[in-house]
Amino acid sequence: MSAAQDIAMELGHDVDSDGDQFLTFMLAGEEYGVDILRVQEIKGWDSVTPIPNTPDYIRGVINLRGTIVPIIDLRRRFALDAIEYGPMTVVIVLKVFDSSGDNSRVMGVVVDAVSDVYNVQEDALKPAPDFGGDVDVAFVQGLASVNESMVIMLDIDRLLNSDELALVSGLSE
Amino acid sequence: MASILAVDDSASMRQMVSFTLKGAGHQVTEAEDGQAALALAKAQKFDLVLSDVNMPRMDGISLAKELRSLPNFKFTPILMLTTEAGMNKKEEGKAAGATGWIVKPFNPEQLLATIKKVVG
Amino acid sequence: MSIDMEQFKATFVEESREGLDIMESALLEMQPGEADADTIDTIFRAAHSIKGGSATFGLENIANFTHVVETLLDQIRNGEREATDEAIALFLKSVDCIREMLAADRSSEDFDQTHIDHVKAELDNMLSPEDIAEATEQLTVSNETLNSASGWKIVFKPYPNMLRTGNDVVRMFRELDEMGEMTVEVNTDGLPPLSEMEAEAVYLSWQVILKGDVDRELIDDVFVWVEDDCELSITPLDQATADESTNDTLAPGQLAGAVQAVAEAEDRRASVDRRAGDRRKTAETSSIRVSIDKVDDLINMVGELVITQSMLSQLGDDFQMERVERLKDGLSELERNTRELQESVMRIRMLPISFAFNRFPRMVHDLSAKLGKKIELTMSGEQTDLDKTVMEKIGDPLVHLVRNSIDHGIETPEQRIAAGKDEVGNVHLNAYHQGGNIIIEISDDGAGLNRDKIYAKAVERGLIGENDELNDERVYELLFEAGFSTADVVSDVSGRGVGMDVVKRNIMALGGSVDVTSETGKGSTFRIRLPLTLAILDGQLIQVGEHVYIIPLVSIVESLQINKKQVNAIAGKAELYKLREDYLPIVRLYKTFDIAADNTELDGGLLVVVEGDGKKVGLLVDDLLGQQQVVIKSLETNYKKVDGLSGATILGDGTVALIVDVAGIIRLLKSDPTGPSNLSEEKQIVAA
Repeated sequence: MSAAQDIAMELGHDVDSDGDQFLTFMLAGEEYGVDILRVQEIKGWDSVTPIPNTPDYIRGVINLRGTIVPIIDLRRRFALDAIEYGPMTVVIVLKVFDSSGDNSRVMGVVVDAVSDVYNVQEDALKPAPDFGGDVDVAFVQGLASVNESMVIMLDIDRLLNSDELALVSGLSE
Repeated sequence: MASILAVDDSASMRQMVSFTLKGAGHQVTEAEDGQAALALAKAQKFDLVLSDVNMPRMDGISLAKELRSLPNFKFTPILMLTTEAGMNKKEEGKAAGATGWIVKPFNPEQLLATIKKVVG
Repeated sequence: MSIDMEQFKATFVEESREGLDIMESALLEMQPGEADADTIDTIFRAAHSIKGGSATFGLENIANFTHVVETLLDQIRNGEREATDEAIALFLKSVDCIREMLAADRSSEDFDQTHIDHVKAELDNMLSPEDIAEATEQLTVSNETLNSASGWKIVFKPYPNMLRTGNDVVRMFRELDEMGEMTVEVNTDGLPPLSEMEAEAVYLSWQVILKGDVDRELIDDVFVWVEDDCELSITPLDQATADESTNDTLAPGQLAGAVQAVAEAEDRRASVDRRAGDRRKTAETSSIRVSIDKVDDLINMVGELVITQSMLSQLGDDFQMERVERLKDGLSELERNTRELQESVMRIRMLPISFAFNRFPRMVHDLSAKLGKKIELTMSGEQTDLDKTVMEKIGDPLVHLVRNSIDHGIETPEQRIAAGKDEVGNVHLNAYHQGGNIIIEISDDGAGLNRDKIYAKAVERGLIGENDELNDERVYELLFEAGFSTADVVSDVSGRGVGMDVVKRNIMALGGSVDVTSETGKGSTFRIRLPLTLAILDGQLIQVGEHVYIIPLVSIVESLQINKKQVNAIAGKAELYKLREDYLPIVRLYKTFDIAADNTELDGGLLVVVEGDGKKVGLLVDDLLGQQQVVIKSLETNYKKVDGLSGATILGDGTVALIVDVAGIIRLLKSDPTGPSNLSEEKQIVAA
């Protein structure tokens, strides 16, 4: 079973191959979702080693079983108010693909708390209107309506591959 | 199902021949030059010998000659793997006792067909 | 090509590369005119194998090309042709071409065929036109298209010794039987009296009637191996006349075609320009051949590790304080196992430096010919091991240094004789292990470094003052400064102005160092020191604020406590520390890394003097912690390259410590306008 499926099971869901499953999390009162197949694991927040000269939403790097993984603070990324990290604070470790789809990286995002796993059919996603607000529409895959609340589904490849992160491979002097 | 001795200094050729013949159910032993092949031949009997001509230490023609002097190999079919350019060595090969030849490049099918003719 | 063949093709390509290397070495050893039989045979066999294999594995272009090479070599082997200088040079060019073709096949890149065609045309040219008829692979064509509808009569009389070649009459008849309706009559006329009969001879003859629509060729095939050992007549059953236009060689049309091809090649040659530049792509293979012994060692060590782990696990399950000694023993055993395993695995990546040295005989040969110098290359310590990746990266610097020796070091034969030396100069490559490093030396017995010329150039470039007194060692070091080149004309040979500074930088990027010693008139020796592996480095742990960083020991010159009196502030921005004669920029690491520091006062602070990129600076740190070997982890795998950092490592407590890239920090300093960019500028500012 994949890590994603483990998580789904742990949250009390049957592993279902019909439609897509999304892991959702809370961030400043809003619920966001990511494709569960991209979720490698969920960790508690631990200390991070800061990297110089990086945007403030990149908190630094951690040791994930021998690999160096960068940690991104989504609140800062979306220019929301920062909060103190507490025992509920969670890091979701994700597998991110570059634009060619061939290369992948592992990165962690800090969120307020993990929410649930939902099955959403691809065609049930509505396109996002321009919020004019927190989240750049380019990062949003669509909106889903679950149990009468709105979940914002994120396109993590777009979100974590943006220019500031400048994930250019192999260009060292 | 025959036991075949395949001799060639090129590892890729040996592998290809070995793979093809084993696939058809034959038993294949490899040697990388004439001397190694002769040592193997002295230790066991083979139904057929396939040998490249140009090899270091002992070439195919000398090998054929040596094999014919062994009691177990008087009539064993010995086929030389040779290129077009090497066809001028035909007489030499025959004189040394070689049964015949297979011309390189050959594909697996051709190899199998020829082997079938000789060992059934 | 079927899947079956692909797997063998890879082996074949590898094999061919080795064969080409062998050909090249042997060709370089050959003296023109003097054809040592063994050497020629070796070269021939290599070409022959490549030709045969490439045809078998679907590499037609290589087969066609190599075929001509093989034919020429065969002629030399038979004494029909002389191994001239020209021929040897052409064969060497052919080796390059075949290498290119092999590389192109692997990388499936478009590559330029014109250069290869050019060499092929030269090869074809060396073979005279009549030979081309033999060389082109046209099989004997029998134009007898006779195909009798009713069948054939075959009279087959083997010579008595036919069976000696292992041919079997039964086999032949079986084949014929499968082709049509066969009836056989045996003729015993040839049988001698019993007393004269030899047991292994054949005295019988046969007449076979084969009915059916059978191609004459197929019947010929059955007897092809024994055609010289028998009397054979094959006649059609009905006496239709055969079209007797059998040719044993090329049909007229085919010969004309071959000649036409040569003419076209000549035209191509006339219009094609020889490519400049080195098109040889060093295909960095991402695989390693490992000896079985090394693998067995590893397996044993992992076995021991498993045992230790199991023992510790048991201890852990039900731990009591009185067992603590056993725990300690177990842990020290674990440390030993891990260290051995690490050393063993590192050794897998190690290859003998001969792989890097092997390109030089050819290079020296070509280059010395081009420059009209006589140079002999000798090597020692070729079996010295080093890490595969280090070896790949040291290749270019080595080439540059050897080229330098040939170009600037060794004198022309006339100059050498005038100096009382042998007209043949010597360049010597040596390698050996020392401590945890490998030392590579490139020595020549040439003119040595010209101290005065270097000094003068350095003054001209503003690297030193006119009246600076420097010892020889310091002068030679100037050679490695940026922007320094004593070649009056940028020599095409010595790398188009790519200077010694790049060589030094590349070596330092590998965690190594380079220096030179020289004696005027006698020669010079460049010495490169490299760590045995790239994955691990010896680091000094430092503390800045809350965080631990690692500085590679190799970059550290010294550490000291700052004396406020030695600090000079320039316009309140840049800070310099006077250390003996040098003025070192002070880098406040907490600022570079944008973190809070414990101590921001310079006086009494800890300064770690480091060297990188040819310059020295002082890094302000809060504390010096221990020294240890750390495993370098990449930042780029999941993030990206960060200026000033060369990677990260994981400390014993599981936290991540960043590794300082000294050269990177120094470069950052350059781009910071508040910092001075080089020593002489600082001196001017301070003096003002």
